[in-house]
Amino acid sequence: MNYIHKFENFLIEDLDLAKPELKETRRGFGDALVELGKSNPDVVVLGGDVSGSVRTDMFRDAYPDRFFSVGIAEQDMMGTAAGLALAGKIPFASTYGEFATGRPFDQIRQSIAYSVMNVKICASHCGFTVGPDGATHQSLEDVGIMRILPHMNVITPVDYNQTYRAIIECTKVNEPFYIRFYRDNSPNYTNPNAPFKFGKADTLYEGSDCTIIASGLMVWESMMALEMLAKDKISVRLINMHTIKPIDRDAIVKAAKDTGCIVTCEDHQKIGGLGGAVAEVLAQEYPAPVEFIGASDTFGESGKAAELYEKYGISSRHIAEAVKRAIKRKK
Amino acid sequence: MFPNLKNPVFTDIDDLNEMARQIRRDIINMLLISKSGHSGGPLGLADIFTALYFNKLNLLPEDPYNAERDFVFLSIGHVAPVWYATLSRRGYFPLDELTTLRKVNGRLQGHPAPLKTHGLPGVEIASGALGQGLSIAVGTALGLRLSGEPNHVYCICGDGELAEGQIWEAAMTAHHHKTDNLTVIVDRNHCQIDNRTENVQVLEPLADKWKAFGFEVFEIDGHNMKEVLETIDAAKKVKGKPSCIIAYTKMGRGVSFMEDNYKWHGVPPNDEQGKIALSELPATKYGDFVDYYKEK
Repeated sequence: MNYIHKFENFLIEDLDLAKPELKETRRGFGDALVELGKSNPDVVVLGGDVSGSVRTDMFRDAYPDRFFSVGIAEQDMMGTAAGLALAGKIPFASTYGEFATGRPFDQIRQSIAYSVMNVKICASHCGFTVGPDGATHQSLEDVGIMRILPHMNVITPVDYNQTYRAIIECTKVNEPFYIRFYRDNSPNYTNPNAPFKFGKADTLYEGSDCTIIASGLMVWESMMALEMLAKDKISVRLINMHTIKPIDRDAIVKAAKDTGCIVTCEDHQKIGGLGGAVAEVLAQEYPAPVEFIGASDTFGESGKAAELYEKYGISSRHIAEAVKRAIKRKK
Repeated sequence: MFPNLKNPVFTDIDDLNEMARQIRRDIINMLLISKSGHSGGPLGLADIFTALYFNKLNLLPEDPYNAERDFVFLSIGHVAPVWYATLSRRGYFPLDELTTLRKVNGRLQGHPAPLKTHGLPGVEIASGALGQGLSIAVGTALGLRLSGEPNHVYCICGDGELAEGQIWEAAMTAHHHKTDNLTVIVDRNHCQIDNRTENVQVLEPLADKWKAFGFEVFEIDGHNMKEVLETIDAAKKVKGKPSCIIAYTKMGRGVSFMEDNYKWHGVPPNDEQGKIALSELPATKYGDFVDYYKEK
């Protein structure tokens, strides 16, 4: 029996799990901005001094009149973006995850979310993967604090291709967005021709014993876990929950009904992020055992990303163990 | 330049001063009805709001979001009563609605609520958490300039509010981008909720601060209508840099026991105090929107 059943349309053809193409998610953001710049004169970009780091430098060089430098001033950046939106522009405000959410939280709350401004907040360098920079730069709370804001949409693409598509798609919705991505190279494996369906989860693999609901880089980690679990004859559904808000309630409930237990995986605190969002849906609609993979109410530290994934319990090995725990809890 | 837009309503200084007095009466009546809200700041700003809305701004009340309008951002959201009274007097919405200040299901929220969720004509964006208005004003000024539009952007800030760091971040952005389509008006009443500004945290030398941040600075008596009008014109003519009008005002202006008294920052008058206040602000030819004491 084959314990791994892949849905081809969401993944690239001839995907080599052992040797995937590596590409930066932030580069997907930067490339999409340049593409948007060509077709939409209203797209503008704000720079908070880290334009090279977040890959907005390509847009800056291509469309200098539509790039506004505000210095290292994230609170002002969010307000300026709201003002640009009022003037009919589609502003992209981008910096590192913590400084795109925690630092300017009140500005986002009042001037963007409450005011329903068409501002796209794009955060690079999220999660543990900024590794050596340490805890100050490891954004592990950003999804939670954006998710609790009314009117805010939250997207966590998994790779370069999906980041690119999500950035293009978010300009079609006249609402605030938070889009989260990463600094390092990571596997690029989603089908570039698959439509990005905002608010609709992608089921990448079918399975019957358990469902993994993962976001961002943890989707790839989960794919590695599936390989391990198949050796133990455990069949797992894998859902890429790229839209954290509005979350795909139907996909969550169906997964609980079909497979009886859930494991959530995120490079983020367990509290408040994807895990919290999934548990909220299940508690209301279809209670089922849930195991959480993510930061356990702790800050990170310096180290290589792989070392941190191991130490903080969010590697593929940990995911596989969590799946087994979840299955044991099924009645 | 704006063939579709209207203003001035009044050119005569006496007419404007009388409207400012009516707006002050409206503020008192609104607060008597709501029994909640800020008295001092709104009374102090009545002259400046009258000058803007009844003479200087390009606007069209029946089409409040006309593309050619001048933008007004109220960074100090708590002085909303003066804005609501002015907008209503200018025809943005019926005077009757002034009775709904701070009431549930109302559009006249305690602090200005967003257009998209509450829909009060004339309001562009939410404000209330201090320090945020200037960034928004700068962003709008940049966006308008990028589109080649000649609209002018005004941002009204309090003086106590200037302790918020974001104000100075925004000032640096305005300077860097030379947003000369932007004018900041600082309500320099020397009062904030806890005490006089200089006792809470020293703000002077304030004009020097704005100059150092790259602004063309004007200092005026914020209750002298002629000076207010002339300075708004002068600020709009500044080229190559943003402008700042420091308007010296008195908190609670027009009501003797409130005037220049920081304790009137955040409280409404009671019925007895309201009666005295209205007696000190003689009735005008424009008429009140309510007879509070008769209806009681």
